[in-house]
Parts: sequence; structure tokens; C-alpha cells
Amino acid sequence: MALLEVRGLDVRFDTPEGDVRAVDGVDFDVAEGETLAIVGESGAGKSQTVMAIMGLLAENGSASGSARFRGKDLMNMSPKELNGVRGRHISMIFQDPMTSLNPYLTIEKQMAEVVMHHQGLRRDEARAHAVEMLRAVRIPDPEERIRQYPHEYSGGMRQRVMIAMGLLCEPELLIADEPSTALDVTVQAQITELVGELRKATKMAIVLITHDLAAVAEISDRILVMYAGEVVEAGSVDDIFYRPQHPYTRGLLASVPRLDRVSDDELQAIPGNPPNLLELPSGCRFRDRCGEATEACRERPPVWTAEGGRMSRCVLPMEGGTIASEEVAESTEAPMEVAE
Amino acid sequence: MSKPVLRVQDLALTFSSQTGGIFSRRERLIRAVDGVSFELSAGETLGIVGESGSGKSTLARAILGLLRPSRGRVQWMGEDLTALDEEELRLKRKQLQIVFQDPIASLDPRMTAGDIIAEPLWTFYPNMERLQVEERTRGMMKMVGLLPNQINRYPHEFSGGQCQRIGIARSLVLNPRLLICDEPVSALDVSIQAQIINLLKDLQKKLGLALIFIAHDLSVVRHISDRVMVMYMGQAMEVSDKMDLYRKPLHPYTNALMKSVAIPDPDLARRARQESWLTGDMPSPFNRPKGCTFHNRCPFRIKRCQADVPALRRMEDGNWVACHRAEELDLSI
Repeated sequence: MALLEVRGLDVRFDTPEGDVRAVDGVDFDVAEGETLAIVGESGAGKSQTVMAIMGLLAENGSASGSARFRGKDLMNMSPKELNGVRGRHISMIFQDPMTSLNPYLTIEKQMAEVVMHHQGLRRDEARAHAVEMLRAVRIPDPEERIRQYPHEYSGGMRQRVMIAMGLLCEPELLIADEPSTALDVTVQAQITELVGELRKATKMAIVLITHDLAAVAEISDRILVMYAGEVVEAGSVDDIFYRPQHPYTRGLLASVPRLDRVSDDELQAIPGNPPNLLELPSGCRFRDRCGEATEACRERPPVWTAEGGRMSRCVLPMEGGTIASEEVAESTEAPMEVAE
Repeated sequence: MSKPVLRVQDLALTFSSQTGGIFSRRERLIRAVDGVSFELSAGETLGIVGESGSGKSTLARAILGLLRPSRGRVQWMGEDLTALDEEELRLKRKQLQIVFQDPIASLDPRMTAGDIIAEPLWTFYPNMERLQVEERTRGMMKMVGLLPNQINRYPHEFSGGQCQRIGIARSLVLNPRLLICDEPVSALDVSIQAQIINLLKDLQKKLGLALIFIAHDLSVVRHISDRVMVMYMGQAMEVSDKMDLYRKPLHPYTNALMKSVAIPDPDLARRARQESWLTGDMPSPFNRPKGCTFHNRCPFRIKRCQADVPALRRMEDGNWVACHRAEELDLSI
């Protein structure tokens, strides 16, 4: 059994302009110890997917579907039960380390509170544990620096503190929403290295959310590509980088500026903008921006699946894949084959 | 390349910061920009790259006179901008424009796209006919890839990439000769970054602009720059021709920045991880290292680097570097 099993996840937001379908029928698994990256542009629904699972949607949002963590559906839990899981078994790191830390409290106070609450440690024990975690994320002089306030840390160090806080209770699942996007490339590289080490040193599963495929090439096992609320492609990291199927995935890969290639051609951009979630096009949601779109794309695209969670949502056939119809894929765990 | 239109000479800007309590008040100085010199020609693009706090944005603002430099000169078409008064400088801004990093925060949410783009026209040409302004505005929208019929929409109705197009249209509406783009794509999705970079490259060619493109990532400036300047703690560490810089960087800091760029290929990325790169953070501006400001993070430092400040000097191939060991190090990629 997977550590986390998400099935048929829908997220809607009630806005003055109408009903926004932010996440639409998303299915995925996270195995124990696995690192899964969820990749897509702003508005793809990647953050709202995990916010819904963690019960952190904004007030005008509502979610349906299931998210079983060790068999228990997080989406049916009472707030009290959910609080017992969040922080202790699943922890989450947000994009902006500046705004996620309380500027009025020392790092010690913020970190110790978490373990005192969840693990019932005494203050001195909590402090020792926090120092140990700061050392693990390579904050220099942790005994000294733990007494400082967030503004005394650089941006990269603050993100390290956020990661250390996420690790305090030794969670089984760590969710990181764009952990390095707001940082300098040099610091991004350091955070990537740190996450890579954590992956090896702990048995923790990690879900990484990012708009930048390059950022997760080195440190993920599997990748989920989302577009306009749907998963459009899924596969192992090698599948996605070396055998991408969906034109959107190929577009994302081509748009990354590279230094390891000598060529100096025009950068390949994906033309246009993501669709307005209030007025989604019929058929394939990517067709207006797709260089390979045909008349057939006006219909809902088929879902191709193969071994190992490989999947593509496109009229283009997927190598070694079979078609699973939409409805079947959503209602059962093992998609049935459907004759064409 | 033609004669330079912009000549920056030994430009420096120092901020002062008060610290301590009432009885121990001290004034400390931060050298945000510390003796930067370069030249730029019409139709040429200079990329400026460095980590946050390296002084890139302060340099941009000092060039435009938005911040008054504490030393040095900025010559625009032969005229020293640092000697001008506020009003003279204001009139010069018709020729010198800037695009900011955050495309959404830098647009007034209560103004329509058309009003945002046209505002500089109203300011500098208050007697211009309404119809003429509208025509020019629609023309600008078309030029930057927006639909002229979106003229009455508000910023929140546009995506991040489209908002940056509005910012670019506004900065070009007065027909400037110099455009400074301060991290114009850092806040955008990777897929949209390429659109904006390609757009700026096209516009520059079409309009013959002198362009300064600031980024914190060497991979982003590569496609648009002719030359690249790498900054660290307010100083230029290297100014090289693009082709040379990406093949054989001269400064260890340039090399470290290149190694920090993520590679979208799992095998190559894992292999690249074996190589060393930059450790630690940039030192506090209050605590500048003696000698070379980069020496405490440099894997190639020798004794001399801790004592002598390396001057920015010209190498045989015409590129500039501030490193004592530039001749002996081979940092070829």
C-alpha cells in the first residue's frame, strides 16, 4: 500500500466571477521513501492539490475525493484528528521563508513550540532537539544562532530553518511548495543538495512542488505534470526527461535555458498563456497553445496508461501504453483496458 | 560596435545605516556599489548577474539618477548625468527607462492597461491629442504581443507574463534609447520567461536600444546578452564577451554561478553534483572581507587574496577580470 493515495481529487473555489475549477480529477500515489515532484505553471492546481489534502484551503474553497494516508482518509478527518497528523506525520514547507516565520519570535521559540506541542518534550529537551535539526540543515553555530530572530538570517538560511522545522517531528511525509523559487540560484543549488541528502539519510517521502522542471531533475523519483487543474503526464524521472510524451511536457523541457549546451538559438517558449479556469476550452485544455493540435483535440483526450504509474492525457499515442477511458480511470484503482 | 552611448566611470554608492541603542548610536556605511565602470553602445545588450545583495539593482538606479551616486560619473551621449539637477534629469528619462521585477506589484491595480501604458505620454506631452495617445497606446500593445482590444482591462485580468508585457510597453512608449530591465523574468514561470526574453531581444533589434538586462541567473541572460558583467558585493568581478564567458569564465565566482544552474537532465545533474561549488552565504555588507571580497568562499584562494584587493584589469582577449590568479586558472567548461 502506498503511503498516500489520492483519488478523484476536485477543488472548487466560489468567486464573484463564478465557480473556479482549480483541481479536476487528480489521482496519484506517494510510496514510502519516494520523492514525487508535481510540476506545472501558476494556476495549474499543484499547490491547491496539496492544500486540499492538508485541509488548508481558503474559506471559499471546497474539495471532494479522497486522500488516504496510511489507509485513513485525510479529507474525512475532524479538524482535531487532522491536527494530530499535520506537523507530526506530514509536514509542509511553504514558498516564502520570509513570511512563514514569525518575525517577533526567536527561532528557538518557534522551533521548540512544535516539538513541545506534538511530542510533549520539556523546554530544554525541545531546545536540544531543535539545535540538532539546525545542525542537520547546516546552520553554522546553531547553539548561538537559535537565539536570533528571523531578520538576522539570510534568505537561504531562513529556508533552511523552515526545512529544519519541517523535520522536527521526523515526519513520514514532507511536502515542500516551491522551496527554492524565491532564492538565488546559488542558494537554490544548496537547498537542492540538502534535500538530496535528506532523501538518502531518512526514509521520509517527499512531495516537491515546482514550476521549474530543471530544479527537480536530480532529486525526484517520479514526476507528475499538471496543466489547468489536470494531471497531463506522469512517469518516472527518466520517463519525463528522456521520453516525454505530452507536448506540454516537451514544451516545459524546451523552455528551460541551459548552460550545458553550446547552442545559442532562440529560447523555445510555450506560446500563449494558461487558460482562464472560469472559461476552460472544451476538449484538450492545452490545445490553444499546442503546436501539434488537430481537430481531434476538440474532444476530451484519451488517457494512456502503462506500468509503473506511467500516464499521458493526449490524442498522441503513448509508447507501450493502452487507453483507459476517463470514467474508468477515475472510478477504479486499476484502470481497465478498453477496446478502441 | 559603434561609439558607446553610455559610459559609467568608477561609479560608487554608499548607504549609511544607524545601529545601536540611543547611547551607543553608530553610523555604519554599506558600500552597495563600489567603483563600477563599463561602456554600452546602441543596439548592444549588457547582462548583469549576481546574487541578491551584490548591488545590481542599486547600480541600475544610480545610472538612472533614481539614487544619487556618492562617487563617479554616468555619461549619457557625452553628458554627465550626475551633474544634472532633478528637473533636467526628469526630462532625460524620456530616453532612459526601466522595467521592474515584479510585474504585478509594479502596475497600479486601479488603472487600466491602456492608462498604465499611456501615463508617461500624459506626463511628458500634456498637450497631445487624446486620439493620438490612444493610437500610440494600441500600437505599443500590438508591439509587445498584447491585443489592442484589451486596452480597458485591469492588471488583475492579465497573467504574470502579460503584466510584464504591459510594463515593457509602458517603458517603451516614450521611445527611449536605453532600457534597463531589472530581473524582468525572475517572478515568472519558466515557460513564460522564454517568451519575455525573446520579446525583449526582438524589440531591441527593431528599436536599436541599448539594453541592460539584470538577472541572478547566468542561464537567463545568456540568450539576450552580447557581454556579461558579474557582480559581487558591489564590485564587477568579470566583464566578458558572452561567447568567451560561457566557454571559459575568468573569475572563480563566475564559474561558481555557472555550476549553480540546475540542469534539466537527471544523469548530467547527478554527475555535476560531484563537482565543488559555492558554499556559504555572501558576507554581511557590514563585514566586508579584506583583500578580495570573494576570498572566503573561493576554492582557489591563496595568501595574497586575503591582503590585496584585485583590480579589474583587461586581459589579452579584451575581457576584464578582478582576480589575482586569472592567468593561471583554467576554468574552461
